[in-house]
Amino acid sequence: MPKRKKKIIVIGGGLTGLSLAMKICERNAEVVIVSYQSLKRSHSVCAQGGINAAIDARNEGDSPENHFYDTIKGGDFLAHQPLVRDMCYQAPAIIHLMDRLGVAFNRTGEGHLEFRRFGGTLYSRTAFAGATTGQQLVYALDEQVRRFQHDGAVKTLEWHEYLGAVLDSQGVCRGAVLQDLRTNTLFTLAGDAVVLATGGPGQVYVRSTNSTVNTGAAATMAYLQGAKYGNGEFIQIHPTAIPGPDKLRLMSESARGEGGRLWVPRTVGDARPPKSIPDSGRNYFLEEKFPLFGNLVPRDVASREIHDIVYNQKLGIAGEPMVYLDLTHKSKDYLEDRLGGIIDIYKKFTGEDPKDVPMKIFPAVHYSMGGLWTDYETDGNGMIEHGSPRNQATSIPGLYAGGEADYQYHGANRLGANSLLSCIYTGLMMCRGIFTYIDNQDKSVDDTPSTTFDDAKNHWESRLNEIKAMKGGENPYQLHRDLGDIMMGNVLIVRENKKLEKTIREIEDIKTRFKDVNCVDSTDWANPTPSFINQLYCMIELSRVIAKGALMRDEFRGAHYKPEFDLKQPSKFDPHEYIDYLEKKNYGDVSEDAFPEGHLEYMKRFEANNDNWLKSTIAEYKNNKPEISYEPVDTSIVTPRPRKYD
Amino acid sequence: MNKKIVKLKIKRRDKPDAKAYWQEFTIPYKERLNVIACLQDIQRNPTTQSGESVNPVTWDCNCLEEVCGSCTMLVNGKVRQACTALIDSLEQPVILEPMSKFPVVRDLQVDRSRMFENLKKVKAWVDIDGTHDIGEGPLMSDKVRAQRYALSECMSCGCCLEACPQFSLTNNFMGAATFSQVRLFNLHPSGSMLKEERLEAVMGEGGITDCGNAQVCVEVCPKSIPLTESIADIGRQTTLQTLKNIFMK
Repeated sequence: MPKRKKKIIVIGGGLTGLSLAMKICERNAEVVIVSYQSLKRSHSVCAQGGINAAIDARNEGDSPENHFYDTIKGGDFLAHQPLVRDMCYQAPAIIHLMDRLGVAFNRTGEGHLEFRRFGGTLYSRTAFAGATTGQQLVYALDEQVRRFQHDGAVKTLEWHEYLGAVLDSQGVCRGAVLQDLRTNTLFTLAGDAVVLATGGPGQVYVRSTNSTVNTGAAATMAYLQGAKYGNGEFIQIHPTAIPGPDKLRLMSESARGEGGRLWVPRTVGDARPPKSIPDSGRNYFLEEKFPLFGNLVPRDVASREIHDIVYNQKLGIAGEPMVYLDLTHKSKDYLEDRLGGIIDIYKKFTGEDPKDVPMKIFPAVHYSMGGLWTDYETDGNGMIEHGSPRNQATSIPGLYAGGEADYQYHGANRLGANSLLSCIYTGLMMCRGIFTYIDNQDKSVDDTPSTTFDDAKNHWESRLNEIKAMKGGENPYQLHRDLGDIMMGNVLIVRENKKLEKTIREIEDIKTRFKDVNCVDSTDWANPTPSFINQLYCMIELSRVIAKGALMRDEFRGAHYKPEFDLKQPSKFDPHEYIDYLEKKNYGDVSEDAFPEGHLEYMKRFEANNDNWLKSTIAEYKNNKPEISYEPVDTSIVTPRPRKYD
Repeated sequence: MNKKIVKLKIKRRDKPDAKAYWQEFTIPYKERLNVIACLQDIQRNPTTQSGESVNPVTWDCNCLEEVCGSCTMLVNGKVRQACTALIDSLEQPVILEPMSKFPVVRDLQVDRSRMFENLKKVKAWVDIDGTHDIGEGPLMSDKVRAQRYALSECMSCGCCLEACPQFSLTNNFMGAATFSQVRLFNLHPSGSMLKEERLEAVMGEGGITDCGNAQVCVEVCPKSIPLTESIADIGRQTTLQTLKNIFMK
C-alpha cells in the first residue's frame, strides 16, 4: 500500500469516466482522465430519452424491485442479478444526485421530477431532460470535474489516446501507454489502477447510432492483452433510427414513450401519402400483436417485428425497408417540450417535420450488451459489497472497466433508459473497491522497474512505426467500410449458422487484406491515420469475437435471434405456468393434463435450452484467435422464465 | 448544379505554424450527403481533383447529429456544424475552412480550449456538498426548468464566438457562450449561491461590458439558444452587482 496519494488513471470522458473521476476526487486521491477528445464531447451525449429510477412519482406502485425484475426479464435472464438489483436500488439516489448537480430534468406542476414511460415496463420510471438527457447528464458531471480541475485535484489529458495497459512481470496492470494526438508522441503513465470507461464498439458495423470514436479499440486491446471478453455476440439493434449514408441517427424510444405509434400501410404497394391513409388502412403492427405493451415492447422484440413486417410480409413503406413512427396525433407544443431535441435532428437531416408528417425509420446497431468481463462480490443479501476490490475488475489485476465497456448489466437485451443508469452506477460504485484494491497491494507501482514502462513504450513505438511503414494497396478507411458491410450482412437481427460461417470466413479475408494496408498519411503531427489503422486492427479482432460467439450460441435469447432455435412459445402461454411447473416437478412427476395442450412440451424445451445456454459467453485471445468458453450467470434472485409482452 | 458529383474546396494547413493552402476534391454524389460524409469519402480516396495523391483531410467530429459540438467549421464562409450541412442545400464548390478565431491544429481542426478555460473562470457548476445521498434536489418550477434547459443545450461548439466581431484570436473576450452559462447557473436554486463570484468574473477584463451588441451570436447558434437575452440579463445582473458593491462596501 503506497504512502502517497493513490493515483488512478481513468480512460474515457463519458458518464462512467466522469462520475468515477468525481468520486475519486472527493476521496482525495489523484485522478488523470484520458480522453480522445474534449471532455464535453463523448458519445454519452447522444443518449436521448432518459434515465430509469423507480421513484414512483406517479403513485403507480413502482419499486426498485419492479425495476430489477423488468431489467432482468428484458435481458432474457442473462444479466447478473445481484448487480442489477443493486443498481436498481441505487437508481433513485443517482437521479437525486444528478438533479442536485443541476441537470434540467423536466418537472411536475409542484416542481418535482417528471417521469415518462419507456420500453419493457408498464411504469413511468424514466426521468428526462427534454430529448437530450445524455447530453445534460454529461454536462453536469463534466462541470463537477471541471470544478475539481479548477481546484487542482484532477488532471485531464484531452486529445490523448489509450493504446494499451502496462503489465508487469506478474501480469498486473501498472499504468497505461498513451499517445498525444496532436504531437503524436508516445509516453507511459504510471498508476495504481487503470479504468477503461471507453464505451461501446458500434464502429465495428460502421453505420450505427454510435459516434465515430466508438471503435471499442481500448476494450479490445485489453482482450488482446489477455482480459476476458463477455457476451460479445449480444449487440442491441435499436428499432427506430433514420437511415443515412454516414450514420443511422437515433430516434429515441421516448418518441414511443410519449405516445408515438409504429405502423405500415395495410396493403402492399399502398403509395398514398401517410396522412391520407385512414386508420382502417394502417397496420399498427406492435399494438395488434402486443396489446399489453403495445409500442413499448423491448427493443429486441420491436426490431424483430419491424424486420418481419418489412422483409417477410413485404409491407415496408413503398416497398423500402422503412416503417412509420407517428407522432402527429400529439400537440405541437407538447412535442416541442418533450421531444424537441430529436424532432430537430429529424428535421435537419430529412427536411420533414415529425410534428406534421410521420417519420420514416428503420432499426440500427445501437449498443453492446457484451464487453469486458468484470467481476463483483455480493453482500450475501442479493446486493453488492461496495468496498470489494473485485467489483468491476477485469481479469487483468489492476485493470477495471465500467459503462458500456463492461458486460454484466443488460444480459441479452438492454432496456431503454438503463444505459445512462448503468454508466453512472458503475462509475460511482467502483470507486471504493478500487481503493481497497490499492490498499491491499503488497507491492505498488512504485516498486515496478522502469524497464517495464520502457518495454511497453518501445513495443508501441515499434508497432506504430510498423503501421506507418505499411505501403500496400488497401485504403484502411475503405477496408473498415467493407468490414462493416460484412457485419451488417449477417450479424444483425436475424442470425443463421450457415451465413455466420460465411461471415467468419469473410472476416478472415479482411484480416488478410489488412496486411496489405496503405498508411495513407505518415506525417508526424496530428495524424489520425496510424491510430485509426490500429483501431481497425482491433475492430477486426472484435468482429471475430462477435461473429464466433454468435455462431456458437445455438439458441434464441434476447437480441440473439436464431429462427432455427426458436422454441415457439404457444400463443396462450402464461409465464407463471413455468413457475408452477418447476414447483410441481420438485414434488414429483408432472402430469400432462396439468397444463393446456402443448404447454408442457414447450416448458420442457425451455428448461432444456436454459440448461444448455443460460450462461455467459467468454472469449479469450489464445493462439491468435478467440477461444470461446462459458460461465454460469448468477440467477439467484428471480427464477428465469419465458418472456412475454402481449 | 451537377448532381453526379460534389466539388469541394478545402483550406488546409499541415501544422499550426505552417502556411495554409487550398486543395480541390471531387467526389461522387449520393443522396442525403452531408459535409462529413464527403470528408469521409476523401479519406477513402485521398486524391485531389487534379489527380494528386495527398494526405486525407483532418477534421474533428463525433456524434454526427449536432449534440457533441465537435465539427464546427466554416462551410461556404458560414460558421456551422459540418454534420448538419447537407450537400443538397449548399452551393458548389463547397468551401471548407477552419474557424478563424481559434488556433488551427491541422487542416479543419482547431483548439477550443479557451472556451473551457472560460467556464472555469465563471465557475459554471453547482457547488454541491458531496455526491453522497442526501435526498432530493431543490424544487424548481417547470417554467424555470424550461428556461434553464434552453441554455444548457450549449455544446461549446464555438459558433457564437467565431461570428462575434468582438472575439478575436488575440484578445480575452469571454463571449456569448460564457455569459449564457453564467445565467444558467445563476438560475439554479443552489447554483445561485455562487452568483456573486460569477458576476465578478464577468465584470472584469474581457467581460460583459466588452460586448459590442452586434447580436450575430444568436443568429449562428445551432441550438437556437437565446444568447442576446442572456447577455442582456447578465448585463442587468452585473449592474445590480455594481450598485450593491458601491452601497454594501
